[in-house]
Amino acid sequence: MKTAEEKKSTWKELPEGDVLEGASSLQFKTGNWRSIRPVHHPEKCIHCLLCWIACPDSAIKVKDGRFQTIDYDYCKGCGICSHECPKKAIEMVPEKK
Amino acid sequence: MSQEEKKVAKTGNEAFAEAMRQINPDVVAAYPITPATEIVQIFSQFVADGMVKTEFVPAESEHSAMSACIGASACGARAMTGTSAQGLALMWEMLYIAAGLRLPIVMAVVNRALSAPINIHCDHSDTMGARDSGWIQIFSENVQEAYDNLIQAVRIAEHPDVCLPVMVTTDGFILSHCLETLAMLSDEQVSQFVGPVPNRTDLLSSLEKNQPITIGALDLQDYYFEHRRQVAEAMVKAKRVIALIGDEFAKLSGRHYSFVEPYRLEEAEAAVVVMGSSTGTAKEVVDSLRASGKKVGLLKIRVFRPFPEEEIVKALGKVKVVGIMDRADGLNAVSGPLYPEIAAAFYHHQSRPQLLDFIYGLGGRDVPPRDIETIFSDLLEVTSSGKRNFTVKYIGVRE
Ligand code: SF4
Ligand code: SF4
Repeated sequence: MKTAEEKKSTWKELPEGDVLEGASSLQFKTGNWRSIRPVHHPEKCIHCLLCWIACPDSAIKVKDGRFQTIDYDYCKGCGICSHECPKKAIEMVPEKK
Repeated sequence: MSQEEKKVAKTGNEAFAEAMRQINPDVVAAYPITPATEIVQIFSQFVADGMVKTEFVPAESEHSAMSACIGASACGARAMTGTSAQGLALMWEMLYIAAGLRLPIVMAVVNRALSAPINIHCDHSDTMGARDSGWIQIFSENVQEAYDNLIQAVRIAEHPDVCLPVMVTTDGFILSHCLETLAMLSDEQVSQFVGPVPNRTDLLSSLEKNQPITIGALDLQDYYFEHRRQVAEAMVKAKRVIALIGDEFAKLSGRHYSFVEPYRLEEAEAAVVVMGSSTGTAKEVVDSLRASGKKVGLLKIRVFRPFPEEEIVKALGKVKVVGIMDRADGLNAVSGPLYPEIAAAFYHHQSRPQLLDFIYGLGGRDVPPRDIETIFSDLLEVTSSGKRNFTVKYIGVRE
């Protein structure tokens, strides 16, 4: 997120037409929104990667075709991964617990 | 082809399609809707016959057609489309996005009444509704103007000081389907006049450096206001550019276009303000009233966005009574949409006419000369009595 001290461009300085560098969404930590958290249970996981396909924020991290971890910086807690998992290997738990 | 101007008989839709053929845009994405269908239908034949280099995208809706134009334009392509009424309404969301992203898309719009009740004939309710979308709006009195306006629109939209989309309108059926004499420029003249698409440095540097860019990202409280301020400024700058392109086009064609066209306003005591095809009828009425000694005139508004406030004040400042002809209703319990803008233009001026609003021609209701004579007789009555008995009157409706 932008810091408070950052000098913000005036309308005359700003590039026109809302054009900015690519991948700017990386600066936007959607994980801040989360009220329920997906918790992965590796013992149940069959690495089918349906959760990875379904996650709208690319928060499921995969390596060598296997489930690795959930990136909580970007996971907004929508629960789609948990809903799609055929093995109930992702449990949604309240953040406050 | 010779550089001589060719006189041909064309309908408004054919004239738009011919202009598009000569402009030869990179992308045309469209969905058919009466009475605008022919524009892109005729144009698609040009594509099929290999007469243009255009990528034609037959979309599944107007929303998609405008979306495809936005995508193409954001990539630096020259994109065009055509639509009408419900089609324009379905594009609504994308109209604001095209303007907000500063994409110089050019669209031919055939004015048609918005449903309900369903109606395919002319009024200005469709385009009037888009008046605050950030699109430049140019209205045409006849087929010649439609052709000339569309060609100029490309240059206006793409000018680096503007970068805003432009819609050029004709009146449904009255112009879109009626055959008129059209003086066409040669293909070479049009192609030279429009030239190549000016390079957008921001887009180009991304391609050169192979760095991806984001267009239209989330803007929120921090930057949205600044970006909208830029759109407002572009609309101000468009005024200079429209005049500039008008002059350049006059050199090429001998036909001069300005924001407004005053007609017999010298010493006029009463005048009407009119847009689109009814201007022709109103000019006839002005001529016949002038012949009988009445001091009447007319002001046609060609460019509605940006709004030519100064030009209107200058043209009508000395007229005693002005009747504003609104071919759309504001449904605001006061007036049509044109009336308050003209009233506001005069608010800070000492010398200003009395204003009356006349809502006419909704849903293609015929506008015969006698209706415009009625308007003038109302106006002339106010010039002699000095008393204004109403703000708005519906003309041509069965009472
Ligand atoms: S909860 Fe939603 S955002 Fe988080 S990992 Fe699962 S699918 Fe992705
Ligand atoms: S959907 Fe379930 S089983 Fe499949 S990879 Fe994801 S967590 Fe594992």
